[in-house]
Amino acid sequence: MQLFPCPFCGPRDETEFHYGGDAGNARPDGTQVPIDRWANYLYLRSNPKGTAREIWVHMTCGEFFVMDRDTVTHNVLSSATLGGEHVA
Amino acid sequence: MTRRYSALSLFKEGLAGQTGWKQAWRSPEPKPTYDAIVIGGGGHGLATAYYLAKNHNIARVAVLEKGWIGGGNTGRNTTVVRSNYYYPQSVELYGLAHRLYEGLSKDLNYNVMLSQRGMVNLCHSTGEMEIGARTVNAMQINGIDAELFSPEDVRRVAPIYNFSPDARFPVFGGIWQGRAGTARHDAVAWGYARAASRLGVDIIQNCEITDFIIEGGRCRGVQTTRGAIRADRTGMAVAGHSSVLGTKAGFRLPINSYALQACVTEPVKPILDTVVLSPGCGVYVSQSDKGEIVIGGGLDRIPSYAQRGNLPTLETVIAGLLEMFPIFGQLKLMRQWAGIVDVVPDSSPIIGESPLPNLFLNCGWGTGGFKAIPAGGTLLAHLLATGKHNDISRPFDLDRFASGRLIDEAAGSGIAH
Repeated sequence: MQLFPCPFCGPRDETEFHYGGDAGNARPDGTQVPIDRWANYLYLRSNPKGTAREIWVHMTCGEFFVMDRDTVTHNVLSSATLGGEHVA
Repeated sequence: MTRRYSALSLFKEGLAGQTGWKQAWRSPEPKPTYDAIVIGGGGHGLATAYYLAKNHNIARVAVLEKGWIGGGNTGRNTTVVRSNYYYPQSVELYGLAHRLYEGLSKDLNYNVMLSQRGMVNLCHSTGEMEIGARTVNAMQINGIDAELFSPEDVRRVAPIYNFSPDARFPVFGGIWQGRAGTARHDAVAWGYARAASRLGVDIIQNCEITDFIIEGGRCRGVQTTRGAIRADRTGMAVAGHSSVLGTKAGFRLPINSYALQACVTEPVKPILDTVVLSPGCGVYVSQSDKGEIVIGGGLDRIPSYAQRGNLPTLETVIAGLLEMFPIFGQLKLMRQWAGIVDVVPDSSPIIGESPLPNLFLNCGWGTGGFKAIPAGGTLLAHLLATGKHNDISRPFDLDRFASGRLIDEAAGSGIAH
């Protein structure tokens, strides 16, 4: 069992967390968004091998946060609130 | 020299001390140019090369594999072959694969040990039975064999299931596909490799792609750890590593890579002669010809390129297995492993030209690539030979994500992903 660091609750079991997607995948603004831009936002993923910056949710406390993680070794490099604070 | 495998050649070689068997496939040095390059020496890549040579008379083909052939997901799956999908497009695709599997041992002159022992997807409530009836109807309308099983039918094919009155997931019936079954996964890779090699295809192992050769905005070949190799058309069939190659080629894909794990018990005498899937337990089970109980379940929920499974998912799978078959609690687990699968939002594959012209994709099979190998090979070969889709591959083009014509087979994929 791996422990993931929730910035609010500290280290907790991996089963309490859910993957939310690439960090920085911002919803396009405005009403005149081209189809390709929408498709990029909705579907295309970086899916990096190695270091990844990801959004996760700690389902126990319900908070979303950013986690830097290695997708090969599964080592967690850092975690922070969406505002960038390292609380726990 | 014995080239063709048959009962007669086996007998002759027995008399000759087994000295005349030829190497099953050649291992040539890569040439500087080919008519087509296939990246990935798994089932899909090797099948692509075979069908390029067989169906399209294009034999100046290289299969480039960074490790050894069949060493990725082709050697890590649970060997189930089936075509019990819902949408007509999927039925065309997986139906093609299923039909080709039925003739594959003869076609390749290599025994892939296809065993059409049938598969039952269990229904655990009246609601699931209604959905089951709908699925069976859809399959029958699409021309795929399917039958709605009663609890008695399920008891007949899987008598060791947990039918006790206090079972957490009681059986209300099931979706039966009698033509489904299992095949020997390594034999599929080796059979395609041998047949392709005999038609002139170069199978090059330990050859990793480091970059694409892009000229005038088109893919003209690849840079590899064994030098530059050029071709007018390149296809990639690299499953969970599609995004890694896509990044090198300058595009992103609608794929997340996850580990999918499986495990086998110690071998025991024959006790389960069909494939049983329980959506409630999140587990499917069969027994291999060697006697091992082969167990598969859902994805590890953490995006990953590590070819190993995490403990929480294994615990869930084993708990589900013991709910289905309490009798298996006596068995010891012998091996556990994982492969990296390419999960797409609509659980359907991506087949077609990539955003980099002259580079073609065969990916996105998620948890179910093995059953599709003959179709994936046929369709990618058609794309590489003609540059165009045929009717079966057209709906699976990458453009469906922008157009919104998704083929949502989340249910047909069997296990949630």
